[in-house]
Parts: sequence; C-alpha cells; structure tokens
Amino acid sequence: MLDALLLARIQFAANISFHILFPMISIALTWMLLFFKWRYNRTGEDYWMNAYRLFVKVFALSFALGVVSGITMSFQFGTNWPGFMETVGNIAGPLLAYEVLTAFFLEAAFLGIMLFGFNRVSNRVHTLATFLVAVGTTFSAFWILALNSWMHTPAGFEMIDGQAHATSWFEIVFNPSFPYRLVHTLLASGLTVAFLIAGLSAYRWLKGDRSRSVMAGVKSGLWLGAVLIPLQILAGDLHGLNTLEHQPAKIAAMEGLWETERGAPFVLFGIPDEEEKTNHFAIEIPKLASLLLTHDLDGEVKGIDAFEGEHPPVGPVFWAFRIMVGIGFLMLLVSWAALWQLRKGREPSPLLSRVLVGMTFSGWIAVLAGWYTTEIGRQPYLVQDVMLTADAVGPVAAGTVMTTLIAWLALYAFLVSSYIAVLFYLARNAGAKEQSERGVNAHGPRVGPLIDPMSTPRGAEANA
Amino acid sequence: MPELPDLTTAAGWLPLAFMIVMGLAMLAYVVLDGFDLGVGLLLPFAEDDDKDLMIASIGPFWDANETWLVMGVGVLLVAFPMAHGTILTTLYLPVSLMLIGLTLRGVAFDFRVKARADHKVWWNRAFFGGSFLAAFSQGFMLGELVLGFELSPFAVAFSCFIGLCLASGYALLGACWLTAKTAGTLQRQSIVWARRSVLLTGLGVAGVSVVTPLLSSSIFDKWFNVTNLIVVWPMPVITLVLFAVLWRSLKRLPVRLDQSNEYGIWVPFYCGVGLFMLAFHGLAYSLFPWLVVDEMTIWQAAAAPESLMVIFVGAAVVLPVIVAYSIFVYRVFRGKATPLEYY
Repeated sequence: MLDALLLARIQFAANISFHILFPMISIALTWMLLFFKWRYNRTGEDYWMNAYRLFVKVFALSFALGVVSGITMSFQFGTNWPGFMETVGNIAGPLLAYEVLTAFFLEAAFLGIMLFGFNRVSNRVHTLATFLVAVGTTFSAFWILALNSWMHTPAGFEMIDGQAHATSWFEIVFNPSFPYRLVHTLLASGLTVAFLIAGLSAYRWLKGDRSRSVMAGVKSGLWLGAVLIPLQILAGDLHGLNTLEHQPAKIAAMEGLWETERGAPFVLFGIPDEEEKTNHFAIEIPKLASLLLTHDLDGEVKGIDAFEGEHPPVGPVFWAFRIMVGIGFLMLLVSWAALWQLRKGREPSPLLSRVLVGMTFSGWIAVLAGWYTTEIGRQPYLVQDVMLTADAVGPVAAGTVMTTLIAWLALYAFLVSSYIAVLFYLARNAGAKEQSERGVNAHGPRVGPLIDPMSTPRGAEANA
Repeated sequence: MPELPDLTTAAGWLPLAFMIVMGLAMLAYVVLDGFDLGVGLLLPFAEDDDKDLMIASIGPFWDANETWLVMGVGVLLVAFPMAHGTILTTLYLPVSLMLIGLTLRGVAFDFRVKARADHKVWWNRAFFGGSFLAAFSQGFMLGELVLGFELSPFAVAFSCFIGLCLASGYALLGACWLTAKTAGTLQRQSIVWARRSVLLTGLGVAGVSVVTPLLSSSIFDKWFNVTNLIVVWPMPVITLVLFAVLWRSLKRLPVRLDQSNEYGIWVPFYCGVGLFMLAFHGLAYSLFPWLVVDEMTIWQAAAAPESLMVIFVGAAVVLPVIVAYSIFVYRVFRGKATPLEYY
C-alpha cells in the first residue's frame, strides 16, 4: 500500500501537471492572437483573420481547462499540504493574493469581451481587451513563478518560532532563481505554442486544405520556434548554472554524477542505480560536464556523495532532464530544417507535414520533463533547506486520497484526450468554415479593415 | 462569545478586514456563479433549440464569476492559513467532488460547441452533471459547516438535504436570470422553473435558520437574547417579505408579458439575490468571529500582520478596479442574450 505522503504527492503532481499544460498554451497564444489581429489590421488580408478564428477557439478551450484546473490547485494547497501555508504562509500568501488580484480577474473579465464581444464594442476596445487578457496571463506567470522560485531559492525572510516572516519583499520576489525561471518558462510557452500552431496548420495541409491561412499558420509557428529555440537553449544553460550555485544536489542528480570529481564526464546515456551508486551501460563524454558547468575542463563538480541523505531520487531527475534537452534540440533541428525547405515560397513536403503534426504537442512533453527535473530535483525539500515535503502533508487517510486520485486521473485522461481530439477536429473543419463564412463576410457586419480609427462600435446600441 | 482584541492595532483590525473581504467574495461567488450553475441545472429540462441560448446568456460571465471562488478561498488560504488546512482537510471529500463538478461544467461549456455535433448531447449532460455536483457539494458543505463538521447519520442526511436545497436555490437564481435575459417561450418556461424552485429554496433557508441556533448555545443567545432581538428581527422579516414579492412577481409577470409589457422583469432576480444576501448575512452573524465554531477565531487563524498589510494595500487599490471592470463587462453584454459567436 502506498503511504499518504506519496499519494498526496502523486495527486498534487497529477493536478499540477494537468494544469500547466493549458497556461503554457494560453500565455503565448494570446500574444500570437494579437499578432494575427495586428497582421490583419495592417494588410487587410482575410487569411490572417481566418487563422485568428481557428486559434481563438483553441485559446478559449485551453483557457477554460486552465481555469478549472487552477481552481483545483488553490484548494489542494489546503487539502493536501496544510503544513505549507502554516509554515511559509506569510511569504506564499501575498504572492498568491497578488496573482489573484492582478492577473486572474483581469484575464477572466476581459476574456468575455475578447471572445464574444466583437459585435458589441469598438474594434479598439476589443483589441484592448485582447491585450489585457494577454497581460493578465503573463502577470499570472510572473507571480506564480516568483513563489515557485522562492521555494527553490528562498530569500528575504527570517524564521520566527518555526514560521517564515518576510524581511524584504524585493528579495522575496526577485529571489536568485526567479529571473532565470521566468525567462525559461515564458520561452517554453512560446515554443509550445509555436509547434502547436505549426502542427495544427500542417495537419490542415496534409488533409488537402490549401487555404492561405494554412501556410500563414505553418510559417508563423516555424518562425516563432526557430527564433525562440536558440534563446531557450541559452536561457536553459544559464538557469543550469544558477541551479549549480544554489541547488548543487539537483545538478548532481541531473548529471547522474555519483562522486565529486574534477574533470567530470557528461553522461549521454545510462541507467542510474541508487543501490550501487553507479550508472549502468553509461555512454560518457569525458570532461564535458565540468566544461559545461564550470567552463573549465578540470573544474570540480559535486557528486551525489556530497549530499548524503538529502539528495533527490536520481533516476527520474536524470531522465526527465535528458527528455527535455532532447526535445529542445529536436525543435532546433526541425524548425530550422523546415524553414530551409519552405524558402522562397516552396510548399511543405508530406514528410515535413507529418513531422510537424507529430511535434504538435512536443512542447508539452518538454515542459513536463522540465518541471519534473526541477521539482523532483528539489526533494526531499518542499522549500529548499527550510521545510521538508513530509512535514507539510495533511492528515487525510491514504484510502481517501487514493479514491479521489483515481477519479482525478480518469477525468484528466478523458479531458486531455478530448482536448487533443477536438483541436484536430477544429483544424480539419477550419477550411470548410472559412468558405462558408466568406459568404457571410461579404455583407455581414464584420467586413472592413479593423485598424480604421474611426470604426464605429458595431451594433453596440442595436444590441443594448 | 470570545473577547475581541484591540481593534486599533494592526493585529486586531486586519483579520477583521480580511474576514469582510472573504465574506463579500464568497457572497459574490454564491450569487454570480449561483445563476451560472442554476442555468446548468435547468439545461436538461429545456428544449434542444433553447439550450444554446441558455448557455449564451452566461457565456461571457461564468469565468469571471468563478474567479470569486478563487478569491474567497484565496483569502482563506493567505489570510487565515491555520484555518484553511483544518477546514479543507475536514471537507476533503465534498471539496474534491465540488472541484470535479466545477471542472466538468467549465470544460463542457467549451467542448459542447467545438466537438463533433453528435457528441454535443454528452457534453450537455456533463454540463448538467458538473453543475449539479458542484451545487450539491457546496450545499453539503454548508450543512456540515453549521453542524460543526459532524458525520453522524443525521448530520449527513441534513447536509444532503441542504445540498438539494442549495441546488434548488441556484436553479431559482438561474431561472430568474433567464426570465430577464431571454424572450418568448424560453422566458415563459423560465418563470415556471422559478416558481417550482421556490419551495425547496425556502425550506433550505428555514432548515439552516432553525438548526444553527439549536446547535450552539452561544449562537442561540445571539439571536434570541432580548437586547439582540431588537437588532436582528428585521432579518427574518425582510426574508419573508422578499419571498412574498418574488412569488407575486412570478405570478404577475406572465400576465404582463401577454401584453408585451416587460415592466419589472428583473424583480424576481433581484429578490433571489436579496434572499441569498440575507441568508448569507444571517449565517455570518451566527458564526462570527469563529472560523471553526467554538475552536478557532479569525484572530487565532490569521497570518502575520506585516504580510496581511502587504495584501491589504494591494487589495485596497485593485479590488475597486476589479469591481469597476466587472460592471463594465456586464454593461457590454446587457440586454437580451444573443447567440454567441467568435468573430
């Protein structure tokens, strides 16, 4: 029988893993929707608006899933980890409160106008609403990552009678790992959306849809990916160096390095074994880990042996890290090769289209692998060097947690598969919809370049 | 009643201020998401042609409405961290059911118009099922709250009954909302739905009002002590008046609508909102200053004053802005509901 601590961790991990999928899409997708709208306003070309219409539905669906799973998160702090708020509530509380106040209401309120309000407000107000939703999603990432980073690299507080009390809010928010984590996560969101847009558009291409919005989608996605991925590799490297400074045990697990040594090798592949403290079937590149981490071929890197009794489980961290990095380099290869193939107006080959479709949700896998690396890498601590995960768990019986865990897992499996199926369904039918809406557009209310500063509030009075 | 601390110190007035913010957020949630959930509860009783419009009437709002729940629980979490753990671990099961319900409801809203047409009927069922599960669990938790989190057969039966009553109350709000936001046969149908949900709603209000004072002598004293009686007697009286006005309005509206006269079309909805506000106020009066009855007061559960101050400053600046743009959104979508379309 699994104990209550492990079950609570699995349940929380399941919820947060499910949750993170959707903000990762909605954060960057709002900005891409603004981009589509801006292109349409500039060029007056219908196909940009058609791309907008497809992806605004993807956005609405992602946003709804993000909201409902986020509500679950806010309750599970209390149901699963009551000790967390009792110990560090004075720090975590205000950060979460500012997320609700500055981000949640902003995005939720203006979402209605963004999605359904175009016929009721002027184009400017509509663009502003879209912009405010984008700002809201990004603010949300800011505050929650400030809190998460503080759990990795706590700063600006003192412990009084076993409770954390703030001494400097600037140091709390801008704690050592925060800038790196924020940049790394926002870039990850951009990459997730880049490959989502490219993948769904390539799927339309494969299905024989030759609307101009298809190539607009493929190219926008690929360009976004091709530009962001080198930046992401750089940001990831810097984040790694920051982790080495503040959480060396995590780095030792990521590298699969069992003993502290100079000139440490980089383990390309291997099967870490906690019992024997070694990697089986290891393929190593000599001295590369030292070079990457210390920028010196003979630099010293601390191994697992330096953190006896307080290091994370090696296997999951080791593997998750490799999956994330592997997908990162795959994204680099695919986006650059694809743009080369599409140069000067060439069409995508069936092979390229299939690869892009296959990579539609590659961002999700990289994101999850990355979060597992960093979060499992912090174990056994919940707040690094301040409180243990085991000290935060609630008194709920293992059987109860097990029952709800099974219910949640079933629900999440069902929702993720429905989500993926519906996205491809929407993409498949986007072309036919564009055809039918063209007729409406010719004499409907939605015609005309949207940038026109004199554009009147369409139908606002008529509908009132 | 426990001693009040010195309210001129930060440690004294800040928890009080946050209790008021939490109460108002919860009330906003119950009223606003109440009509959303109510519309979901009425969905299976409607003609297929009307279902899209019913959901369109709440489409632009439900997301922001649900955010008030995050706000209410958020204040409990950040301002009263000690109580957050105690209450939520005790209510673990109903909270989980409510969350599953809210999840189903929220996603079904979007899936039903985007998935294949032959799947729509299933998403409609998920929308109703989720709404019912959420409403019922919330009522169940309310029942448990006034009974001091007991799990005896009577307590569970009573809490289940309150669960049904709250669902009925939400259906009342939803029906009154539809009465004002729609026209034609759906509007007539909504008036009938509203009339049918009044009885169970009334029984729920009465049930909680009778049981609460009987359970705790201090709460009994708050209501039936002679000096307090002078202050509190308007509450039950206004409640009865509102029920009477609601009933009369629901009787007369069809007659007026026959003459194409929409005068007082919002009266049932406002009566419903008023009833929820009074019931909530009565409950708050009974429980204050306890967060867990006879165990933990708001001052015992509060976070450190310096952290509360940081949130308070932010909340004082941002909350009025939130209220302002929420009103703006309701104004943009005022008038009769129209079919939703992404442009």
